[in-house]
Amino acid sequence: MTLSVQDLRVYYRTLRGEVKALDGVSFDVADGEILGLAGESGCGKTTLGKSLIRMDGRMKHVGGRVELDGENLPIGDTVKMNPFRFTEVSIIPQYSMSAMNPTRKIGRMVRELLDSRGVTVDLDELHRRLDLVELNRDVLGKYPLELSGGMKQRMVMVISTLLNPSLLIADEITSALDVSTQKAVVTTLKGFRELGFVKSMIFITHDISLTNQLADTIMVMYAGKLAEKAPADAIVNRSRHPYTQLLISSLPEVGVRYAEKKLTGIPGNPPSLLNPPVGCRFQDRCPLAFDKCREEPPAVEVEKDHFVACWKA
Amino acid sequence: MLKLQEVSKVFRVGAFGGKTMTAVDEVSFEVGRGEVVSLIGESGSGKSTIGKMVLRLMSANGGSITFDGDDISKLDKRAYYRKVQGVFQDPFSSYNPIFKADRVFSMIKEVYFPKEADRVWRDKVASALNDVRLDAGQVLNKFPHQLSGGQLQRLLIARALLLDIDFLVADEITSMLDASTRIDVLNLLADLKLRGLGVLFITHDLALGNYISERTVVLHQGRIVEYGPTAKVFETPEHSYTRKLLASVPQLHRKWEGV
Ligand SMILES: Nc1ncnc2c1ncn2[C@@H]1O[C@H](COP(=O)(O)OP(=O)(O)OP(=O)(O)O)[C@@H](O)[C@H]1O
Ligand SMILES: Nc1ncnc2c1ncn2[C@@H]1O[C@H](COP(=O)(O)OP(=O)(O)O)[C@@H](O)[C@H]1O
Ligand code: SF4
Ligand SMILES: [Mg+2]
Ligand SMILES: [Mg+2]
Repeated sequence: MTLSVQDLRVYYRTLRGEVKALDGVSFDVADGEILGLAGESGCGKTTLGKSLIRMDGRMKHVGGRVELDGENLPIGDTVKMNPFRFTEVSIIPQYSMSAMNPTRKIGRMVRELLDSRGVTVDLDELHRRLDLVELNRDVLGKYPLELSGGMKQRMVMVISTLLNPSLLIADEITSALDVSTQKAVVTTLKGFRELGFVKSMIFITHDISLTNQLADTIMVMYAGKLAEKAPADAIVNRSRHPYTQLLISSLPEVGVRYAEKKLTGIPGNPPSLLNPPVGCRFQDRCPLAFDKCREEPPAVEVEKDHFVACWKA
Repeated sequence: MLKLQEVSKVFRVGAFGGKTMTAVDEVSFEVGRGEVVSLIGESGSGKSTIGKMVLRLMSANGGSITFDGDDISKLDKRAYYRKVQGVFQDPFSSYNPIFKADRVFSMIKEVYFPKEADRVWRDKVASALNDVRLDAGQVLNKFPHQLSGGQLQRLLIARALLLDIDFLVADEITSMLDASTRIDVLNLLADLKLRGLGVLFITHDLALGNYISERTVVLHQGRIVEYGPTAKVFETPEHSYTRKLLASVPQLHRKWEGV
């Protein structure tokens, strides 16, 4: 599987105008690659994930294209996307745990979902996968309410990968979980790739420390645009974009204490995406901003596979 | 300021409430004025149940909870909530979806500060929002679903601060926040602590607890397994469970073992 996204633009229609949530983003995901997608709240991570699988009624595909294995993915067309969902591209949505239908037993939910895809349940395979994620088979007879957060999350992971999609998008699937459960979820995802249940993955989270436990490549977005994309180790150890650097320096590493070393967040807020500033969207908050930043910096490959959109990089 | 003595909570579970489960088991600790105490444990260990009892959202089955020496179950509720407030993990659930943000603030005024002049109140709201780094113009005229999780969480903290409280129960308030907002919120709590606020900081992430708290309580299946100065719990954890929690914190420059 290879995914290629070129100059993708997806806007939300609102009463006050268009929210330019995804405004010209280009990147590739290679076969077997796990891409970690990071960035502040509201930068467009979920929008990107949803665009690749199902746009909601208010989203509009304004420009750019997406190719899966060299073939055009009809992302703007909900009906034409049907044959691709679950089989080619699958998503574990943000808040999916809390979105499970509380009145349906898990087993019935799985059956209905597969029916709607015209597939019958392969019960042996389902059981095998439950065993793999260490869920007791009797969860199928339970209601979502009876499962803990970690169990629900593993259940959602099993369901969304049951048809072996080429690309799995996991949106903030760990942020509501405690640290030991987060570790278990990440271990499971890696296992899924090894076993061939999924080929490539886009793992969305605002937590770079967590992304780095799993991702081969990390892409940092800012206000609807790509800021930096590089192998995980390059992002963590030698990031070149001021935004990435500030994001990393705001992480409370184990051992750091307020009384001894006060960490700082990034001053200011991301710009409104109704009328984003012309030029670099980070300019209002960037300590390095200069005149040139009123023009938009292109994403440049500064070393192999390391892309940065900043005039100072 | 806040003192728990052998507090227990037993839930009735099963189809007809026939079975019981002990969520909190004889827990005792104290939080002083201007002190942050972390309450740490995995999901299901009883953290939120303790928080809810302190906030009087449920009552204890045994033991006592006192605030400045008074049994909290005997205090007038409104007077108690002037001093003690809570903020929770999922901001969307603790916020009525049909109210815009300004309505939420004006309700506080109606209940607690009916005599305050509108202008003074507006300034107070603006300064509380400023404390949590929110722009009044950007958030006040919006419904909850139009705000991001981080914005909403900060709004709820601002709401708690408006009451000029003495004590805050913060239950997993940072887990939905991005790194930059998270550190702002932690620093905010630390600053408020310097102004005398007592905080019960509930989290599953030891690194966060270590960052701001003086003392740490580690909870496992409703029981305290370790309790002491944060630095000590952190540097020389005595219980294997604490060590396990510590090893599970995702760290930027260290890869998890066995993943
Ligand atoms: N239905 C909608 N109508 C209008 N604007 C929207 C809508 N949904 C999202 N947006 C806006 O689009 C932008 C990107 O939102 P998105 O949900 O993709 O962010 P995100 O990066 O996933 O954030 P988070 O980390 O909080 O999940 C934000 O500015 C958001 O306010
Ligand atoms: N209202 C309730 N009824 C029955 N059991 C409950 C209720 N609330 C919590 N519990 C149980 O009590 C235990 C502790 O829960 P909780 O305090 O929410 O844990 P934490 O906040 O540490 O994740 C869990 O086993 C949970 O399932
Ligand atoms: S282009 Fe300019 S404003 Fe943008 S990140 Fe680089 S230096 Fe800062
Ligand atoms: Mg999102
Ligand atoms: Mg809890």
